[in-house]
Amino acid sequence: MTLIPLAYLVVRTGEAGWTRITEELLTRRVSRLALHTLGLATVVTVGCLLLGVGAAFLVVRTNLPMRRLFAVLAALPLAVPTYIAAFTWVSTVDGFEGFWPAALVLTLCSYPYVFLPVAAALAGSDPAQEEVSRSLGRGGWATFTAVTLRQIRPALTGGGLLVALYVLADFGAVSILRADTFTRAIFIAFDLGFDRTGALVLSLVLVGLTVLILAGETATRRPGRRYASLRGARRSPTRIDLGRWGWPAVGGLTAVALLALGVPAASLARRLAEGVSRPGDWTEVATAAGNSLSLSLAGAALTMLLALPLGLLTARAPGMISTVLERLSYLSHALPGLVIGLSLVFFGINVVYPLYQSTALLALGYAALFLPLATAAVTGAAAQAPPVLEDVARSLGRGPVTVLRTVTLPLTLPGIAAGVALVFLACMKELPATLLLRPTGTDTLATELWTNTSVAAYAAAAPYAALLVGLSSVPTWLLTARTGVLIKENQS
Amino acid sequence: MRAPVRTPLLSLACAGLLLLGATACGGESAPTDDAAPASDKKITLYSGRSESLVKPLLEKFTQQSGITVEVRYAGTAAMATQLLEEGEKSPADAFLAQDAGALGAVAKKGLFAPLPADVVAKVPQTYRASSGQWVGVTARSRVLVYNPDLVPAAQLPASVFDLTGPAWKGKVGVAPTNASFQAFVTAVTVQHGEARAKEFLAGLKANAPQVREGNAPIVEEVDAGKLAVGLVNHYYLGEIAHERGTTPEKMKAKLHFFPNGDTGALVNVAGIGVLKKAAQDPDVRTFVDYLLGPEAQTYFAEKTYEYPVVGGVPAPAYAPALDTLKVPAVDLNELDRLEATINLIKESGLVP
Repeated sequence: MTLIPLAYLVVRTGEAGWTRITEELLTRRVSRLALHTLGLATVVTVGCLLLGVGAAFLVVRTNLPMRRLFAVLAALPLAVPTYIAAFTWVSTVDGFEGFWPAALVLTLCSYPYVFLPVAAALAGSDPAQEEVSRSLGRGGWATFTAVTLRQIRPALTGGGLLVALYVLADFGAVSILRADTFTRAIFIAFDLGFDRTGALVLSLVLVGLTVLILAGETATRRPGRRYASLRGARRSPTRIDLGRWGWPAVGGLTAVALLALGVPAASLARRLAEGVSRPGDWTEVATAAGNSLSLSLAGAALTMLLALPLGLLTARAPGMISTVLERLSYLSHALPGLVIGLSLVFFGINVVYPLYQSTALLALGYAALFLPLATAAVTGAAAQAPPVLEDVARSLGRGPVTVLRTVTLPLTLPGIAAGVALVFLACMKELPATLLLRPTGTDTLATELWTNTSVAAYAAAAPYAALLVGLSSVPTWLLTARTGVLIKENQS
Repeated sequence: MRAPVRTPLLSLACAGLLLLGATACGGESAPTDDAAPASDKKITLYSGRSESLVKPLLEKFTQQSGITVEVRYAGTAAMATQLLEEGEKSPADAFLAQDAGALGAVAKKGLFAPLPADVVAKVPQTYRASSGQWVGVTARSRVLVYNPDLVPAAQLPASVFDLTGPAWKGKVGVAPTNASFQAFVTAVTVQHGEARAKEFLAGLKANAPQVREGNAPIVEEVDAGKLAVGLVNHYYLGEIAHERGTTPEKMKAKLHFFPNGDTGALVNVAGIGVLKKAAQDPDVRTFVDYLLGPEAQTYFAEKTYEYPVVGGVPAPAYAPALDTLKVPAVDLNELDRLEATINLIKESGLVP
């Protein structure tokens, strides 16, 4: 399924012939773009790791004041599409463009990809190991680097990988802030004279970069290592007393929240106040909201349906095939939505014509884009559910299907729900593939937002933006709740 | 639980790949629908023009004709790319595009049917394809938008080529990824040759231009006094005035139309082409006639501040009449020679 975009790329670039491909590839421009793209991905990933781990640690492991509020605030940027964030930043700060501004906006928008899994891992990890480490004479910092970081390592690398690939595929921030990456060059190639070949050759290079990043991440994995504690009795870890550092920490997290959420909110409010254009009428807005919800739900459901076997296979039967399949799904995740959209136009026209411009094909497009989000959630949940339980059920005479239904699925259900929520959010924000694949006449919040801003009707666009962020904050809240940081504690 | 999961997934993937390969190599046999041209009171329109501009007009059309218009909206470039990818199996009956270059690219692929002679005859020769495969619906002029506080009217350049001079260093806003800028560069090539175009772009690049993503931000910045001048289309000032609840006259930013047939005053069109399968569709014909009729032409002049292309319809407020403009002698049909232009723009370093 995720092979469709790859096959499309190969077919279309193959038509162009080698001379054209080498002509496009072997230029200084391509190497410059590669450097910029990798540089941006590195800076943003490092930024997100620092911000995400820092916020997660403060919220989960310290006596930070109002920590549950900050947990929600730290996850909420997930509901803000990069194109809204970038647009609001540009209209707030003069001359806000280029590499570093793009890195800032991307970091602020995507650090929840690190925060959420790390917070969950920190909340769920066994404090006993840390206590042992400290009792053996290690200091706080040494324990953090030697024990804690090691415990949350899968969450760290998983989150970091999602951020890096997100940066590769993002078009909103890089095009508005004019940072030169492959994705921006691909969009420009389409804009400049509908140059499909040029754009698709660049996409192939992007696939190459993705393979590079995936290989790097795979190398940091230790096969067969189980990180989650299998012990039943869970205790909350002890919280570090921040002492006089409490308020500076609050100040820091507030500043991040203001930059990530406050700037877009203030700018949208200003646009709404300044402009006189208004959205058509409220039924139009409601219809767009309904379409956004139902299309995203269809996308999330299909994605999870495809991810479930893949995720369980990866967790329970690790091997060549499962690894290759899982890694393959990441490739299309790093391709821009426009390329995925076009590949499915090609697939729809030539293979499944009756489905062309139907919700089903759009949902398939979402699945191609966001499969890894769902697979990672399933794999993570399955890895934490001890396989021993399945073995016991089998030994007691239950068939494989019954075991799957009565043991594996219930155990992984929270992970599945989190995966669905994550994909749902991504679908709500998606724009380029939605424009290409949606059923004719179907408007969503994202497309309405786009159509209004393209004619400078910013005030008319603002309610759509607000609604998009507002509706997205519901699944975001669910995701935060799942990390366990919102639970009130009886002890400590 | 290994086997039951692995096999179907793999075989599905393989089957998909095979199918793709097969059809991709097999070439397309399009279902040419030459059935009797009966009216089904329904057409499918691909619109590269924005929904908020087009929708009210289409509602009027449906009210009058009883013909339902199913519309897909997307950017003109993306829409053209989608049409090229769909080929002859496209569900579209007609393509309403923002610029002549996109119409030219689709026409070049042989996807448009020639329009009937009496439709073509309504539009002046300057604003349609010589092959009759598309016609302009509205015209728009390239202008220099300026802030009179920063640049007094007396110091405005007589030619767009003056903007590469030292007086304009760091002052000029451009949107090189925008289709209308590309059309302008093509026009320079057509009028003055490739060497001159190359020289102009290099000069512009060396003059520290203020590159922006689109025309609207340029006009906003000029209006706010953050930018002295910018190369844009004339109607953006109207759009932004409209958004602010005022008129173009009351905006700080003013428009300068380059005189004497300078390439900087290129007049481009937004237009429509009809796809082959809809060549005989009477509903599509009714629609094209409506777009070129007085009601639609007046609507565009009033709501989008563009020039009507059909005679007898008043020009938009706050713009000199189209026939008083000294328009450069550029054949819009040549605007589909984009490849060379794009290479020029890419080489200039104005885009990544």
